[in-house]
Amino acid sequence: MKIVVCVKQVPDTKGGVKFNPDGTLDRGAMLAIMNPDDKAGLEAALRLKDQYGAEVTVVTMGLPKAEEVLREAMAMGADKGILVTDRVLGGADTWATSQTLAGALRNLEYDLIITGRQAIDGDTAQVGPQISEHLNIPVISYAQDIKIDGDSVIVERQYDDRYHVLKAKMPCLVTALAELNEPRYMTPGGIFDAYDADITVWGRADLKDVEDSNLGLKGSPTQIAKASDKVRKGAGEKVNLDVTESVDYIVGKLKEKHVI
Amino acid sequence: MDFTLSKKHEMARTLFREFAEKEVKPLAQEVDETEEFPRGTVEKMAKAGFMGIPIPKEYGGQGCDVLTYAMCVEELSKVCGTTGVIVSAHTSLCCDPILTYGTDEQKQKYLPDLASGRKIGAFGLTEPGAGTDAQGQQTKAVLDGDEWVINGSKIFITNGKEADVYVIFAVTGVVEKRGKQIKEISAFIVEKGTPGFTFGTKEKKMGIRGSSTYELIFTDCRIPKDNMLGQQGKGFGIAMHTLDGGRIGIAAQALGIGEGALERTIAYTKERKQFGRTIAQQQNTQFQLADMATKAQAAQLLVYKAAMTKDQYTQDHKTAYGVEAAMAKLYAAEMAMEVTTKAVQLHGGYGYTREYDVERMMRDAKITEIYEGTSEVQRMVISAALLK
Repeated sequence: MKIVVCVKQVPDTKGGVKFNPDGTLDRGAMLAIMNPDDKAGLEAALRLKDQYGAEVTVVTMGLPKAEEVLREAMAMGADKGILVTDRVLGGADTWATSQTLAGALRNLEYDLIITGRQAIDGDTAQVGPQISEHLNIPVISYAQDIKIDGDSVIVERQYDDRYHVLKAKMPCLVTALAELNEPRYMTPGGIFDAYDADITVWGRADLKDVEDSNLGLKGSPTQIAKASDKVRKGAGEKVNLDVTESVDYIVGKLKEKHVI
Repeated sequence: MDFTLSKKHEMARTLFREFAEKEVKPLAQEVDETEEFPRGTVEKMAKAGFMGIPIPKEYGGQGCDVLTYAMCVEELSKVCGTTGVIVSAHTSLCCDPILTYGTDEQKQKYLPDLASGRKIGAFGLTEPGAGTDAQGQQTKAVLDGDEWVINGSKIFITNGKEADVYVIFAVTGVVEKRGKQIKEISAFIVEKGTPGFTFGTKEKKMGIRGSSTYELIFTDCRIPKDNMLGQQGKGFGIAMHTLDGGRIGIAAQALGIGEGALERTIAYTKERKQFGRTIAQQQNTQFQLADMATKAQAAQLLVYKAAMTKDQYTQDHKTAYGVEAAMAKLYAAEMAMEVTTKAVQLHGGYGYTREYDVERMMRDAKITEIYEGTSEVQRMVISAALLK
């Protein structure tokens, strides 16, 4: 079985957020981690590898430094890493990103593609399903459990108050939730091997069946009007009262604002 | 000379730090209070490959270098000195001598289980009358047919009751050297469960309280003849060479304890207010922190240099690293004691309570000046090399 996992290097939310003048994220200036949903997707792939035997290839699109997440994935147990990087791909929104990744994936053999549900920097949850559309394969999103049954995949899809059990013939794309599992740690030996291994680097010319008009900032229909860091709230109102008075005060305020 | 760590070492540090913060730190206080060996943590470390970092892959290890191993002990010890020494004693004092002196059969038999952490290792040299003076050994091994019969006891054994495989030393005869009768010491591998091998008292220690420090008792303990490690009579050299490597592990533990105390003190002094401003804004605090950080940095350079020198030895089997290891352990241990003491002082009354990690760290630091060669022994090793 061949599994491809798409991962994204995202800003560590513990670090500060910085923007380029065009409103896109200045990724080079921020601390970076593997997107948590993607990491769960990778762990799911590695568990399938442990259970059924599989070759796990990890693909990422980003700046050259995004190579780090590929090394991390390989240190966890992935077999190969492919970095898709090119200046013309920069500033991509979800449409251009999914076009790019689909262009890369068309070069690969796969039974299963796993992506994270969404990235913590954009929170769109669009790229995974879009890739499946471009590749014309089924998608099952929000996976909280993944099993293989012959030539099919059986997935528990999470909903607010229930989950659905869905079965799809492979090849198929599944988007994973961070709650899917507890990702394993890298191993020290895995890290050494990952740094001895070659990472495949693809640029624009390596993407298959993709129009230039669908790539990079120019190929992105999303227009960012303005981007900013968290807006700081005011200091609020401080009162010094005992417990009973405090409760009465808060209830009074909530009534005043018609909250209760 | 390049002081920058390679990317793979940086990534390894990230791994060790993340593991330490997530898996070890939350239990550190409890391990200290209860004096219980953190078995669950050891199992997690085994799964993550931490129990065989410098052991070659062909023997089930991670195939990494000594520097990576030292960084692992350092990061673990930043949050828990007990966990640091469990890995250090297991790796440096049990896996390493078997790897260095074991026969192919011994390496195949013991290393895969040890390096994967399925089994834990320990080392028994110290006896009631043989501490710094390792020649004072009383434990004896006598060959009887195809078996060695061991009688005697070992004390202060780290990983004592929790280990499965023990490298121990015993007197196997008397030889004449330069007109003097001296004891012939040999090394052996003893497995837990061997009849005649039992445990004595558990030590109640000042620090590293979860590390299971026991007395090992051998009463007509019979082990196969093939369990001799290295050649007969070479035990003293094996013990000394093993301790040279072990000192790098303990130096890394001391380094981690000092760095951990510094990190906590920086955070505390930025929060604690006295006389209307944080104590970090007082010049005394700033100068103390500057001294602590400078010494911790110096210790780190010595520890990493010793680890890298041992890595050279692994490559060429020639490069000596005993002096580098002694300097690293001497300096890092004394730094750890000084930095943790200052850390407690800067925490004031709170630092003297068990609610704050620095209290435990100060107790944990003390042993690094004592075990695997006291600071005085390190000075003997260093000066002997200077004056030879």
